Amino acid sequence: MTRNNAIALAAILVLMAAAVGLQRLRDEWYPPPETTEETLYLTSGGALQRLSLGYRSLAADVYWIRAIQHFGGTRQQVFLPGQPAGAPPAEGSKPYRLLYPLLDLTTTLDPHFRAAYRFGSIFLAEPYPGGPGRPDQAISLLEKGLAAEPDNWEYMQDIGFVHYWWDHDYQAAGTWFARSAEQPGAPWWMRSMAAVTLASGGNRQSSRQMWQSIAQTATVDYQRNHAHRALAQLDSLDAIDLLGPIVQRFAAASGAPPRDWQTLVRAGLLAAVPLDPAGVPFKIQADGTIDVDPASPLSPLPKEPPRAAPQP
Amino acid sequence: MRTIGWIAVNVFRESVRDKVLYNLLLFAILMMGAGYLLGQLTAGQDYKVVIDLGLGAMSLFGLFIAVFIGIGLVSKEVERRSIYSLLAKPIHRYQLLLGKYLGLVLTLVVNIGVMAIGLYAVMHYVAWQFPADFVATWDVPPSDPRILKAVALIVVELSVVTAIALFFSTFSTPILSAAFTFALWVAGHFSADLRNFEQVVQSPFAAQFARGLYWVLPNLATFDVKAQVVHSLPVEAGFMVLAVAYGLTYIAVLLIGAVTIFSRRDFK
Repeated sequence: MTRNNAIALAAILVLMAAAVGLQRLRDEWYPPPETTEETLYLTSGGALQRLSLGYRSLAADVYWIRAIQHFGGTRQQVFLPGQPAGAPPAEGSKPYRLLYPLLDLTTTLDPHFRAAYRFGSIFLAEPYPGGPGRPDQAISLLEKGLAAEPDNWEYMQDIGFVHYWWDHDYQAAGTWFARSAEQPGAPWWMRSMAAVTLASGGNRQSSRQMWQSIAQTATVDYQRNHAHRALAQLDSLDAIDLLGPIVQRFAAASGAPPRDWQTLVRAGLLAAVPLDPAGVPFKIQADGTIDVDPASPLSPLPKEPPRAAPQP
Repeated sequence: MRTIGWIAVNVFRESVRDKVLYNLLLFAILMMGAGYLLGQLTAGQDYKVVIDLGLGAMSLFGLFIAVFIGIGLVSKEVERRSIYSLLAKPIHRYQLLLGKYLGLVLTLVVNIGVMAIGLYAVMHYVAWQFPADFVATWDVPPSDPRILKAVALIVVELSVVTAIALFFSTFSTPILSAAFTFALWVAGHFSADLRNFEQVVQSPFAAQFARGLYWVLPNLATFDVKAQVVHSLPVEAGFMVLAVAYGLTYIAVLLIGAVTIFSRRDFK
């Protein structure tokens, strides 16, 4: 071995040792995340995370776009005009079946992808045919987000919201709102929302207050539009409460509910055909109950618990 | 040093003549297309996707340049037999190798620099479509200098990859050099798994071997902070210094190895 080669070899060894030392230092000061999944090297989120090499965030975007496409595409397929509100999916069909796995993969690839958690939970909780009607999966997704960002008040608010709006579990909702209120950056009104929910959850006025707060603080159009739609649904419920006695009065006088609104207009009980906030006429069912038309973008209306009935 | 500089400038000129910078056109088309189309597909996440796409494209395009130009730095001179006239000049072999390495790094820096300017331009374009008060609530404002941390570490990663390609090209064929470089690049992104290999195997020897590979192979995952900057998560100065120091040390190891092998090589 020549002298130059020996020097080069020594330099390589010294610098390699320095590289190892620097890496050890980096590991100590900035520890890399521990691999905890049991399903390594399978077609799981973990496997995908590895296969995406240095492009995890970009791969997450691809899965996010796929989730949006799946949600939108399925919605277009199953949201047929004339389909009764809240009707179950056809026998054997599993609409939206890929939604949760796609959102799960997206958030595994990019654990800080806030939109995937927040919008994903909206998509998942929406009842069929507007969505898969899985508030349990919505909460599971948001809890995964909380594992990545334990002090994120928005995820806590969203979990509370799913309990409130879809599960009608006001105790759980109020508890999550209260927890959210304690986090850094939470808006001032979160504390009062928690109190109101615990005291009078399910009350339509408190629901309206919640949606107005969400609409005012929404950072993305979809979120704002979702809140405005919910507010319009609450307005529809108010309108239905006003129209119900008129229909009942006609039914009592004539012995049968009216077949359509024109009958009530001709009888002088209404000035015009009543429209929901989306501009679509309300629908009178055969038994005289009133609902929004299945073709209306506000359909299906949220189901209210008995104690959420109109206040005197 | 002057000689190395001249060789580097000539490598850069050659890469321009070889139309390497044409990839910037592809990048521009990709980014403009993304800026225009993504709004329809991402439910309001077009801004995040644009940043991800921009940083990902910088890294990927740079990788291909680093590997495919890097493996040809030496072999092309040998194939053309221009190596004889080069070595006949008063140039040391180490000067030739270092000049070529720095020339390719310069090409990469210019490429990535132009791409970074393009990325900021598209970020501004996307932000321009929204009201200013709404843009002010975004985690990553359109002029956020923190994006440059990810860009800087992409440059360091590509410099390491270039050094790997150059190292292999000093003693191997271009195809094998490309295969070895890509293999090391992939392995370099699996470093966390090598480190935790004992969780999936029972053999202590295999675990120790994997741990050894973890220390010796380049840990390229260190240079990946793209996800952090996109979400405005902190990338501390201490981390940056360690990552850059690690990259430079590893590059020095590879270049010394390459120079040593190249100096002993017989071109007769």
